[in-house]
Amino acid sequence: MRTGAKCVIDAIRNAGVKSVFGLPGGAVLDIFAELYHAPFEFFLVRHEQGATHMADGYARATGKPGCCIVTSGPGATNAVTGLATANMDGIPIVCISGQVPSSMIGNDAFQEADTVGITRAVTKHNYLVRKTDDIPSVIAEAFEIAKSGRPGPVLVDIPKDMQRGRTDATFSGKVHRRGLKVIYEGQPRQIAKLAKAINSARKPVILAGGGVIAGGAAAELTALARKAKIPVTTTLMGIGGFPDTDPLALRMPGMHGSVAANSAISQCDLILSVGARFDDRVTGKVSEFAPHAVKAHIDIDPSAISKSVVVDVPVIGHVKPVLRELLKLIEPVDRREWLAQCRKWCTESPFAYDEKETQLLPQFVIEKISEVTRGDATIVTDVGQHQMWAAHFYKYTRPRTFISSGGLGTMGFGLPAAIGAQAACRDRNVVTIAGDGSIQMNFQELVVAVEHDLPITVVILNNGYLGMVRQWQEMFYQKEYSAVRLAQNGRAGNERIGNRPPAYLPDFVKLAEAHGAVGMRVTRKNEVTSALKKAFAIRRPVVLECIVKPDENVYPMVPPGASLTEMLQSIA
Amino acid sequence: MNNNINNKRKHVITALVENQPSVLARIVGLISGRGYNIENLNVGPTQDPTVSRLTMVVPGDDRVLEQVTRQLEKLVDVIKVADLTRESFLNRECILVRVAATRKTRSEIIELAEVFGCRVIAVHAGSMVIQLVGEQEIVADFLELMKPFRILDVSRSGVIAMASV
Repeated sequence: MRTGAKCVIDAIRNAGVKSVFGLPGGAVLDIFAELYHAPFEFFLVRHEQGATHMADGYARATGKPGCCIVTSGPGATNAVTGLATANMDGIPIVCISGQVPSSMIGNDAFQEADTVGITRAVTKHNYLVRKTDDIPSVIAEAFEIAKSGRPGPVLVDIPKDMQRGRTDATFSGKVHRRGLKVIYEGQPRQIAKLAKAINSARKPVILAGGGVIAGGAAAELTALARKAKIPVTTTLMGIGGFPDTDPLALRMPGMHGSVAANSAISQCDLILSVGARFDDRVTGKVSEFAPHAVKAHIDIDPSAISKSVVVDVPVIGHVKPVLRELLKLIEPVDRREWLAQCRKWCTESPFAYDEKETQLLPQFVIEKISEVTRGDATIVTDVGQHQMWAAHFYKYTRPRTFISSGGLGTMGFGLPAAIGAQAACRDRNVVTIAGDGSIQMNFQELVVAVEHDLPITVVILNNGYLGMVRQWQEMFYQKEYSAVRLAQNGRAGNERIGNRPPAYLPDFVKLAEAHGAVGMRVTRKNEVTSALKKAFAIRRPVVLECIVKPDENVYPMVPPGASLTEMLQSIA
Repeated sequence: MNNNINNKRKHVITALVENQPSVLARIVGLISGRGYNIENLNVGPTQDPTVSRLTMVVPGDDRVLEQVTRQLEKLVDVIKVADLTRESFLNRECILVRVAATRKTRSEIIELAEVFGCRVIAVHAGSMVIQLVGEQEIVADFLELMKPFRILDVSRSGVIAMASV
């Protein structure tokens, strides 16, 4: 006989999880009592949102499901943002939440919330456990659902009496759910149709998305692009799925996409999405997206087909086997003219910034990170301008080396996700690139890195603003800067940075030190490389604050709702 | 490519689902979360007690409902979904109508009811209750005909449906 709580721990172990993140509370005490003897490392977070992002970062860095444990009521509601983040980006997480005893459910008991009700819309699936006997099979199923098809978060809510109850039930073997339908192989007829479309295209483009990363198909994609000689644009979620250094790389498309990617999309005669869902930030005005192109789409999720852009040649299936089959049917086609045109766009209009600017620019810092790490770090970002610059100015060559909240755009994601990634990959150089706005949303989690000796580096690009919102207000809201200054004019005569602006709060160096990490600050261009080298050499968590030009904007920019051809290169 | 196909009509969507407590909430949440109104809903067990059949009528855009159908299909508790409006299908609804009936109008109402194959299941001094089983259109026609007599109350089972073949 085992207790329900023991069943939970055993099931997590059986799922192969090496690190678990979470925070205890009254309704999960029994699980935590078992955790005391558990064979995996447990990371005590300071806020449950951190736990979900850590599990998420763990999953994004490894491809294996992440796991977190939270308590009932506020524990579960704090986890909601992290679940929604993982749900939008298709990241496998299993979140175990405690619940008040089943006899008290619905009675407004202390720390009670309708967790399955609240999380229904932000999870792939969720469970309220009704019998202790069900726990082994439910958790095995939860991990299977999280991983299968388009991955996603699964929540298992377990009332306290179910954790304390005893059972002989075990679960082994294969999970079978008749509602879990995953089409793995693509239909040969559709693949043949797609091959025909590719072979007859003169000006094709591949749009590679998160599906390439999730499906472990970077090698297949690269093989296809090189054999068929098709330029590749990688969406934010697809970064690393195709090497940025390859001559066929057009870099990122969309709102802050490259001139090359957006021009190629606008002029191509075939666009093949490989696991990219035609997100609105990628397409711009849908009716003017790739107007001359046959649209083809490979996706494991049937509901992604024709959701926004109507697709002519859909292939439903896992990208890896589909690309393998497709590769066999590719014929050589002379596309020299098109490739030359794409190269021309790339060389004439690369991502760029004003190199003559004397103030420290955020783009410069990221370029230096790319140089110092030789493009071989795991970069984890928060959300905002710095996220776009991290996509532009770092050269990614491998999958799972760029980790970012794409769909939900969750500020505060970066630091905890980096902790999760570093927990999973101890030997990697994990670097968080954050803004001064985002980092303040989950700064408290830095102590977790310190306690567990995770040598992450947090680079804060401090411009004293909620920079992306400031940029929109500058461009589209008549420069009325409403609630974006993160300084409130700060402390007069700020002693840390003398009389130079910006004056702001908080002092990130002191904050880092107060959390037990190393704090460093740079304000000038010539300090950056040595500071980075020093930060990466210290095998402890480091916060490196870079005081950057306050009003730098992200370009190119396609205004919201405009066509991809309407790229702004600067403010007119 | 035309991305703006706006073909609005009533869709009869039927789904085989796990007979589990949270299933209905999931399905209703998915549809109402997009601002669509479920006009009509019926749920009941099938020949397999672990499986329920759910039938609903949702008015809306063809393309959006195709998307909704695919999203429903993705739910782990949903075994199979079909938008019956895309094929030939059988549908029936059962309704109870309480209609005002005086000595003068009573026989006329009964006559009409007989034409529609209804059963009169209760008669009171000032009213009567009629039961009708029929296709959506028949039900709508009958209710229209009863209007002049003053309908006091209506209770509808919701449409149940099945593919013809």
